[in-house]
Parts: sequence; structure tokens; C-alpha cells
Amino acid sequence: MEIPYIADERPDTGLTNVKLGIWLFLASEVMLFGALFSSYVLLRLMAPEWPVGADVLNVPMGTFNTAVLIGSSVTMVFAYASLKMDDLAGFKKFMAMTIGLSLVFMVVKGFEYSHEFDIGNFPSTSTYLAIYFTMTGLHALHIIGGVIVNAYFLGPGSKMWETNKTQFTNRIEAAGLYWHFVDLVWIFLFPVLYLL
Amino acid sequence: MADVTTIEHAAREADEHGHTEHEHHDLGFWQTYVFSQDHKVIGIQYAITGMLFLLFGFTLMMVMRWQIAYPGEPIPLIGAWLGDERAPGGIMLPEFYNQLGAMHGTIMVFMGVVPLAVGGFGNFVLPLQIGAPDMAFPKLNMASYWVFFVGGVVMFASFFAPGGAANSGWTSYAPLSVFATTGQTMWLAGMVFLITSSLLGSVNFIVTTIQLRAPGLSFMRLPFFVWTQLVTGFLLLLAFPPLEAAGVLQLMDRVAGTSFFMPSGLVYADAAWEASGGGSVLLWQHLFWFLAHPEVYVLILPAIGIVAEIVANNTRKPLWGYRVLVASLIFLGFMSFIVWAHHMFLTGMGTTMSAFFQTTTMIISIPSLVILSALFLSLYGGSIRFTTPMLFALAFIPMFGIGGLTGLPLGLAAPDLHLHDTYYVIGHFHYVVAPGTVMALFGGIYHWFPKATGRKMSDLLGKIHFWGSFIAINVVFMPMFIQGLSGMNRRMYDGGAQYVMNQDVLYLNEVIGIGAWTLGFFQLFFIYNFFNSIKNGEKVGINPWKATTLEWDAPSPPPHGNFSTPPVVHRGPYEYSVPGAERDFLRQGEPDGPTAEPARV
Repeated sequence: MEIPYIADERPDTGLTNVKLGIWLFLASEVMLFGALFSSYVLLRLMAPEWPVGADVLNVPMGTFNTAVLIGSSVTMVFAYASLKMDDLAGFKKFMAMTIGLSLVFMVVKGFEYSHEFDIGNFPSTSTYLAIYFTMTGLHALHIIGGVIVNAYFLGPGSKMWETNKTQFTNRIEAAGLYWHFVDLVWIFLFPVLYLL
Repeated sequence: MADVTTIEHAAREADEHGHTEHEHHDLGFWQTYVFSQDHKVIGIQYAITGMLFLLFGFTLMMVMRWQIAYPGEPIPLIGAWLGDERAPGGIMLPEFYNQLGAMHGTIMVFMGVVPLAVGGFGNFVLPLQIGAPDMAFPKLNMASYWVFFVGGVVMFASFFAPGGAANSGWTSYAPLSVFATTGQTMWLAGMVFLITSSLLGSVNFIVTTIQLRAPGLSFMRLPFFVWTQLVTGFLLLLAFPPLEAAGVLQLMDRVAGTSFFMPSGLVYADAAWEASGGGSVLLWQHLFWFLAHPEVYVLILPAIGIVAEIVANNTRKPLWGYRVLVASLIFLGFMSFIVWAHHMFLTGMGTTMSAFFQTTTMIISIPSLVILSALFLSLYGGSIRFTTPMLFALAFIPMFGIGGLTGLPLGLAAPDLHLHDTYYVIGHFHYVVAPGTVMALFGGIYHWFPKATGRKMSDLLGKIHFWGSFIAINVVFMPMFIQGLSGMNRRMYDGGAQYVMNQDVLYLNEVIGIGAWTLGFFQLFFIYNFFNSIKNGEKVGINPWKATTLEWDAPSPPPHGNFSTPPVVHRGPYEYSVPGAERDFLRQGEPDGPTAEPARV
């Protein structure tokens, strides 16, 4: 017996295995970042003083990175849409753009980090910086994970297109859902850490 | 009947043989037994690793119990091997006692019971019970086991780190855990692996249950065991990530010098603790118990599922109130997320919080009691077969009952003032997990052993194992209530001898110790029986217990891919003693009509 509903949807649930799996995984990710955001709220409420993010961090760089990450989500949708329209070349173009934008985000983040270290701002300096480095660091790890998976789909993983188009498209959809989630986390992180 | 059995068995074997030849994969030794993607092999790997960790964790406790019963006397047998940094001259050091305590809890909960109950039974039984060829994501399943294995190795290796293993209790409360030796960093790293493993596992279980059910197997026809695994999957999926977040924060506190859990003005070793301060020790406790209370249900729910299967099968009648059981289970799952702070009544979090959490705790006792009552009522009017698995299942019901009822005073803030951190708490939760869950897990092993191996475990040895364990385990935990009510603290290196109020109950330390070592002795019968029966057990057919659920339609042991023909489900899971039927059980997979198929036994 083969494992069913890998490529096709199960009629009564309307889902493929991978789609349900990725949504469950994202639910657990919500709890992970939810716990960190809750910790942020609790630590800030009990702190006698808390700096305004804009005084410590570089808001223009953060804004630029927000735009870059939203852009990468848009190209991710185009990559998925290209596959839906049976256009592998278009998929490869947009997927390469997604990966490129992710790397731009990481480089900018690297400049921000090294600037903070240069002026003596470390995680141990204050609780605000501690939660800033922890949350953005964990988010960056998620970006790196996403880049690795997306690079696999762009490179060796795309061979599946020749053998099973539906399954490959499903995989890109799952990768896209994950990518949008990572983007969404940043959309919460940016105002909470940079602006409030 | 005997003729039918032989013919049917021969037919099945021929079928099986043809099947194996047809799908001859020849994966080789490593892919078949070590890096296997077959849910049954992974389940057995999980179960055996889990059992080894249970034995290891129990051994730690047998060593601790020596120190508690006879403080300051050299440990017999293994004392000389422990080394000078742990037990010079065989006499246990307080530092080593703390490591044993912390690691006993960690190992038993995260590396013993959960891998056996969820990883072992869930992996082996669940896909078979829903008629699936495998788990939905076999590669993830393999990854989940190996990530768990790495986590276990890291935890075990931490005993050899400078300063030894983690020594801040299994709860790792800050600031103690932030000051602690290297072993605590390894504990945190190990936990990240264990959490990742359970995340992969829980996604797999939920997807498998929802997507891979056989045709006709609607949700209200699922065996109750599958329901318990489904709810457990959701608890693992949603409760573990906050502990992962907490673990990352504590790791930052220890490695990067942050102060998430370190308040301002701490003094450690007669010097001010150098950190920015401003953290909250309560934050760790909230994040930890947000996981650790649902974790209690992760430990108990699969056990309830196993007991439900065994009870229905051995009373030869349907479970009492199947729909009520399912509803209570789901309600219990939701409620378990909002009771966590009843572990924290004494932390000074305030009476408003206490009032809220004691109310939710009283509410969650209702579905637990409904489940227990339904299992108890299921016995009424049944023609009970006192098989070895049934003895364990029968013992589970009152043992879990004692564990649950003794929890009520702890769930109310006022009596908890007296009972908090005493041996009463130890007695309470061990009645839930040791005489409760572990007994049920043993029952499950005896019950599904024939499916995994094609042979039965010895009934005589099983009954010796049961009666010996049942009596000894009560000798261990019952006196703890007495000690706890008299106020004995749970973490005393000398067994509480230094306190006046403990003098009248000190003699019980020796009683408990003897109970624990006797309990250890009776496990030898199980270990021998388990390994001996793999080769020499009595050969049985595919359905030796005359059970109804789908796993008993597959060959024993089931081949890769499980079923030779895709099963179709025609009825509910517990159609025992149906009036007018020819046999006293109707399998889920057999079509309607009284003589459609002979009994597959």
C-alpha cells in the first residue's frame, strides 16, 4: 500500500497531507513566538525604565528590511503562481529573487548587529537589548532555514517537476506558507522592537 | 473452531508470503532495523529506548533511596564505582544527590514515559488501528526518533560534564539553574532536541489520524486509543514551543549574560551577581508550567487510551459512554492549557491569580472523573477475562483514582500552603504516573506484544511481575502521603532527619526504600519475559485476544505497508457481544452479514 493524499486532496477533509502538516507546524511556531512576545510584554511591564526602540536602533534600516521581506513574500507568491501556470522558468526566476531578497535582509541585519556591537550594545547590556537580540536572532535562524529549503527547491529539488508536477507545486505552496509566516513574524517584530 | 483457525492461519501465511515476494524491497540491515522509515520499527525503537531510560531513571531513584533510608552509609554494590567526585568511599555527596533528583525527573518524564507512550505505542499501534499503510511522513518519523536519540545522548553525557549533570530539579527554576554548573547548559541543549523531536512527531500523528483513516472510519468510529493520541498530539504541538522559548531565554542567561530570569540585586557566593538585572524568576515558572501541566496529560492520556482498549477487549462489551469519553477528552485537552499556575500558589503571584487557577483546576477534575467513571462502569456486567494485560488495566483504574483525588487538595490554594513541596506532592503525582501510567504501559506491552512479534509473553511470569509490582509500588508511594501530611519536605538529602517534626515518620524512609528495591527486583521477571518471549514465546495467530480493531486484521508481525488488502471499516470500534451475532466480537473490518467471513483468530 502506498501512502495516500500526497499529491491529491482527501475528499472529506479537502486537504493534502503536506498542507495540513505545514499549518500544524505553523501553529506550533505561533506558540513559540507567542511565548517570546508574552515574555517581552511581561518584562517591559515590570521594568522601571524601558528605552524607546527608535533611540537605540536604526529605524530606516529596519523599514528598508521590512520592505525587502514583504517583497520576498510577493516574489514567493509569483513563484508558486508560475508553477500553477505550468511555467518552470518563471518559477526559477521568482524563486531566485526570493532567495536574493532574503540574503539582502540578512546582510542588512548583519550591519545592524555589528553596529550595535561596535557601540557596546550587547545582549547583556540591558533587558531590552537582550530580548531584541534573542527575538531577531531566532527570526534570523528561521530566515536561514527558509533560504536553505528554498535553495533546495530551486536546485536539486526542482527535478521533481519532471516526475510529479502536482506534488512539487504542493511543496512550493507549503514552503510559501512558511515563508509568509516568517515575514509576518517580522511585521510584528519591527513595530514592537523598533517603534514602540 | 480449531480447524477454522488453522486453515485461516495457513491461508493468511500464504497470503503474507505472496505479499512479501510481490513487494520485495530488500533494504538491507541498516535501512530495515536502524535508519528505518517503517512506523512499526520506529515504534519499537522508541519503545525500547524509552524502556531503557525508564530503567535508568528508576535506577537513579533506587540509589537515592539508599541515601534517604540510610543517610551517610556507603552505597552497596555500585558505591565503589561512582568515583570520588560523586560518592567518595561510596557515600553519596549532596551535589550528586541533587543531580540524581533532577535527572530522575527529566529522564522519567521526557525520555522514558513520553517516548514509550507516544513514540512507542503511538507509532506502532495508531497507523494499524486506522488502517493506514504507514505514518503520513515516514522520513520525518525517522528524523523524530533520531533527534530524540541525540537529545537522550546529550542528557546522558551531561553526567560526565564538569560539575556533573543538571542539579536544579527537573523544573530548572531560575535563578538556581542560571548559577548551576555546565550540566544545566547540556540539559537545555538536550531539551531543545527532545522538543524538536516531539514537534516532528506530533505533526505526524495529527496528520496521519486526520488524513490516513481507512474508508468508513469516521471520527466517531475511531478506537479510543487513537482519540487519546490525537489530543496528545495537539498538547505536544502547542505546549512544548513555550518551553523551547523559555529554554532559549535561559540559555541566553547562562551563555550570553542576559537577565531574563535574573532580578536586580542578586547576591551569589557572597558577591553581587554581575548582570544587567531586571528579569523575572516568575517568568520562567510561568513558561515552564505552561508546558509542564499539559505534559501531565501527555503522560496520562495515552495510558487511558491503552486501558480503554484492554478493558473493552477483556470485558467483552463496548466501552461505557464512548461519546462522553471523547467529549471529556477534548474538553480536558483544552482545559489543560489554563491550569498551569496551580503549581505556583506559593510564589506570591497574588490571590486573584490563585483564585482563577484553582477554579480552572477544579473544573478540569470533572472530565478526568468522567473518564475514570466511564472506564469503571465499563466493567459492570462484563464477562471479565483476567489476562495479564487486563490485570494491569484493572490496577490502573484505582491507582489513577488515588492519584487524581489526592490532587484536589493541591489544586486549592489554601490546603496547598501546607502541602506544597512535601512528600504528599511526590506521592500524588507518582500515583498518576507510576502506579497509573507505567502500569497501563506495561499492560499495553503485554497486549500488543503478540502483534509485534507473533508470540505471546508468558502469562505466569506476567502475573508474578504484576502482583509483585502492584504491591511494591504501593509500599513505595502510600507512605509518602503520611510523610507529606506531617510536613516532610521533598528535597531532603538526609531524608529529613534534621527536622524535629519528621522524627515520627522517619522510619517510613526505610519502608519506602525496601519497597523501591523490591519493585526493582520484580522488574527482572518482566525483562526476562520480554526478551525470552521474542524467541520462545507461545506462537499465536493474528488475533489472539479476539479483538475488534483493525490492527488485529494485519499479519503478526505486520509487513512493510501493513495490510495486504486496503481495509474498509464497517462499524464502530467495540462491537463486543452484539445480540444475535454468531461470535462475541465483530471486527471493524468485516462486512455485514452473519457468515460473511470466518473468525480470524
